[in-house]
Amino acid sequence: MAELAVEIVSEEKAIWSGSASAISARTINGEIGILPGHTPMLAVLGDGEVVVRTTDGGTVTAQAQGGFLSVDHDRVVIAASAAQLDGAAA
Amino acid sequence: MGAQIRVYRQKIASTTSMRKIFKAMELIATSRITKARERVNQSLPYANAITRAVSAVSSQHDIEHVLTTEPVNPTRAAVLIMSSDRGLAGAYSANVLRKAEQLLIALAEEGKDVDVYVLGRKAQTYFDFRGREYADLWTGQTDAPTAERAEEIGRTLVDAFLTDTAAGGVDEIHVVFTEFESLVKQTPRVIRLLPLEVVEEAPATAEDVLPLYEFEPDAEEVLDALLPKYIESRIFNAMLQSAASELANRQRAMKSAGDNATSLIKEYTLLMNNARQAEITQELTELIAGADALNNS
Repeated sequence: MAELAVEIVSEEKAIWSGSASAISARTINGEIGILPGHTPMLAVLGDGEVVVRTTDGGTVTAQAQGGFLSVDHDRVVIAASAAQLDGAAA
Repeated sequence: MGAQIRVYRQKIASTTSMRKIFKAMELIATSRITKARERVNQSLPYANAITRAVSAVSSQHDIEHVLTTEPVNPTRAAVLIMSSDRGLAGAYSANVLRKAEQLLIALAEEGKDVDVYVLGRKAQTYFDFRGREYADLWTGQTDAPTAERAEEIGRTLVDAFLTDTAAGGVDEIHVVFTEFESLVKQTPRVIRLLPLEVVEEAPATAEDVLPLYEFEPDAEEVLDALLPKYIESRIFNAMLQSAASELANRQRAMKSAGDNATSLIKEYTLLMNNARQAEITQELTELIAGADALNNS
């Protein structure tokens, strides 16, 4: 099964990285979901949760503030000026 | 005679206590450098991600964005100078200020008015002492910069850039900082922050070719949001490098100060022993001469 290689980075450091099967995030226009095979995209994130569904069935939730999300060739980078994980369940 | 020995003893005591301070500061700087370098490295993923995104947007669109448009006739410039809060770091601040001074002269020769933005107490005192004006000032935490501070500086500079020149805005922004090349080499550098020079690097491999992105909501808004972030990230990176450089300079300065103190102590000890020996010899000569005088009478 195709999967997404995800990186969550904040201005100060890399927060989380791993593989995932789906991601949902809030852009300034509304929620978007990303599955493997998504077209390359650059989106501006609004304040809100980024939920990453990892390949082994867990979820990772991060609070991302003012950042952007880029998708290309199943590589997803979520860069936020401030981000933190809410109790990661792997 | 005894006075001379006492003077040397005092000098040795004070040099020894100074050496303790130097030693302690050296150790502190050494331990902080590791952390500072780590922070430089940790900020890289974000910097890379944002650089990649900015070049992705700009490579696909003939961008006409205020932050990237070269003003036709630049008349005002801003210079952000990153110095340290504390001294005892060798020539660190002096080097930055000299580089800044060169830049200021060069800009003045181009006929530009310059607004100076100052970071660090050392640059502040430098400008205050000479009675020169600066537009804005940030002090504190130069050896451990925070992202919030970088954001604040970035916002101030972008605001100044977006303001009309006639209303006190600026046409270009330069940053003077110290690049941390290695533990033994730190070089003061000038970069032009705005207008942005978006460099389109030739992709090294086929995988590096930037794909055709979709933009959400649209290219212009993405760029609006990205560019200030990009600038903040550049400033933050410069601040982190400056901090690491400051600590490396301090460590080196304290190391040589400690070494100098050691050789001074050695010298004073030698002189003190000489003086003591001279005193003993003199006392003996006096005693013998006295005894001789008694015997002969």
